[in-house]
Amino acid sequence: MTGGLLLQAVVSGLLLGGVYGLVASGLTLIFGVLRIVNFAHGAVMMLAMYTSYWLFARGGVDPYVSVLLTAPLFFVLGVVIQKLIIEPNREAAEHNQLLLTLGLALFLENLALVLWQGDFRTVKSAVAGASFVLGDALVDVSRLIACGGAVLVALGLFVFLRTTDTGKAIRALAEEPEGALLMGINVRRIRAVAFGIGTGCVAVAGSLITPFFYVAPDVGEAFNLMAFVVVVLGGMGNFVGALLGGFIVGLAESLGAAFLPGSLKQLVVFAIFAAVLLLRPAGLFGGGRGR
Amino acid sequence: MAAKALGLLALALLAGVPPLLPKYFLEVLIGMLFWAYLGAAWNILGGYGGQFSFGHAAFFGIGAYTSTLLLLHAGVSPWLGMLAGGGLAALFGLGAGFLSFRYGLRGPYFSLVTLAFAEMLRVVAVNWKAVGSSLGLVIPSAGSAPRLFLFAGKLPYYYVILAMTLGALAITWRIERSRLGYALVAVRENEDAAEAAGLDTLGVKLSGMVISSFLTALGGTFYAQYFAYIDPSLTFGVSVSIEGLLRAIVGGAGTVWGPLLGSFVLTPISEVTRAVLRGRAGADIMLYGLLLILVISFLPQGLMGWITRARRAGTAR
Repeated sequence: MTGGLLLQAVVSGLLLGGVYGLVASGLTLIFGVLRIVNFAHGAVMMLAMYTSYWLFARGGVDPYVSVLLTAPLFFVLGVVIQKLIIEPNREAAEHNQLLLTLGLALFLENLALVLWQGDFRTVKSAVAGASFVLGDALVDVSRLIACGGAVLVALGLFVFLRTTDTGKAIRALAEEPEGALLMGINVRRIRAVAFGIGTGCVAVAGSLITPFFYVAPDVGEAFNLMAFVVVVLGGMGNFVGALLGGFIVGLAESLGAAFLPGSLKQLVVFAIFAAVLLLRPAGLFGGGRGR
Repeated sequence: MAAKALGLLALALLAGVPPLLPKYFLEVLIGMLFWAYLGAAWNILGGYGGQFSFGHAAFFGIGAYTSTLLLLHAGVSPWLGMLAGGGLAALFGLGAGFLSFRYGLRGPYFSLVTLAFAEMLRVVAVNWKAVGSSLGLVIPSAGSAPRLFLFAGKLPYYYVILAMTLGALAITWRIERSRLGYALVAVRENEDAAEAAGLDTLGVKLSGMVISSFLTALGGTFYAQYFAYIDPSLTFGVSVSIEGLLRAIVGGAGTVWGPLLGSFVLTPISEVTRAVLRGRAGADIMLYGLLLILVISFLPQGLMGWITRARRAGTAR
């Protein structure tokens, strides 16, 4: 193992970790407010990737432009999903809500398979293939943009949650649902907005990675599992934890890939996942809602 | 009396009609019973105990791989290997369950950790050359060798899976009326109250886990012998876990007949969709997803809940 290879693994791990962080931020926001582990999160990401892909393939729109469209579009989709499917079953047992999102994931993923088959599709953006050297490591520009964009959006969301009335209402609902209701917060509206923002986040992540990641119906699955790991690591509902957890998981995955043969790198990630769930279900950084 | 007669009639039909069926329908029937069996195995822990495992594929895969490896390397009959696989899966379930329950993982956390356990086993199987890695394992055809769990036609497999399914349902029926059954339901309905009432909730959940994982592993061996081929994603893949629990949920989780009913509705639907939309892979699972959403939204107790309510309304009138 040379130092160059190690540095390369660290750089690529951190770059993908930023994207994981944004995906996980959306998931943790939805969990924090709705107490639902959203199994459809990866499927929504996949749809956003296809949206960017088709806009590129049919209209020549660069993914960095179409992300401006997918963000609001998928915010609306999230609001619709929440109002149409999840809110009516608000009073149902916890596991039934889990199954609702599982049903949605199966539906969306296989809808994509039926419509567009399982072929891997790729997008060539303006910066495709561009890279520069940093020390001994090669930095891919499109990956850097994805990471930077993801972190920016996540930070923007953080500021939004801290400073705006809607943001404060979202946090209030996550902290103390009954108190929020008593204070006159329109909880139905806030729940829909939170779900919308969560899906909006994952859509941005999806669009930002299409320049360097293949598009296929099951592409979201891997990200979904990774986001679960990150969210558990950072503490369910813990926003900063999700972003930090993203980098940790990205690093663990790419170091695993550099040091372990075959696809054993996934084992590292799952082992971290199981270990954190078992030992620190409230997350590494605390503040999450374990158990 | 009427119920008993109806039951005997159903049994006679299940035993007597299949020899007359064309091969395709026999295969569909085997599929219906197979998924009903896996749903019933999941149902004991998930339906009665309320512990929503998303990782029963782990037990299924352990069963399939144990009996197949024993057959290929040591010539052990899968009838015995099946029990070895069941035992191993029960042990794994005990370990995984102990860890998860000990740390108080409930609800979605338990679902996620079971999912992670199954995925870890899948990744191990993919990377482990001695167990065939991603290429999987082939059981060589030996014509008809009943002692090796190998049959020439489909019909014997049908009777095997029929017996297994009836057995699983009988076990469920027994559990439902036993102390363990009531304890599982108590844990599902309110774990803290059950604990406060002096119930050993850890022991109850682990008992459910052991029975459920043992039965699921037997299904794995059946799969391996019936298709004579296994690979990591076919056995340890998420879809095995999901398809099994779907039957139980749609039919009615926590009821004896739910998994059977769910499978007798879902499996033919999947067959028809596949036949109609030939070449459109995924259409059947897409329909499952839609059905799952609809069932949860409109029949939260599954088809059995709906039937029970309809019957109650009927007697009230």
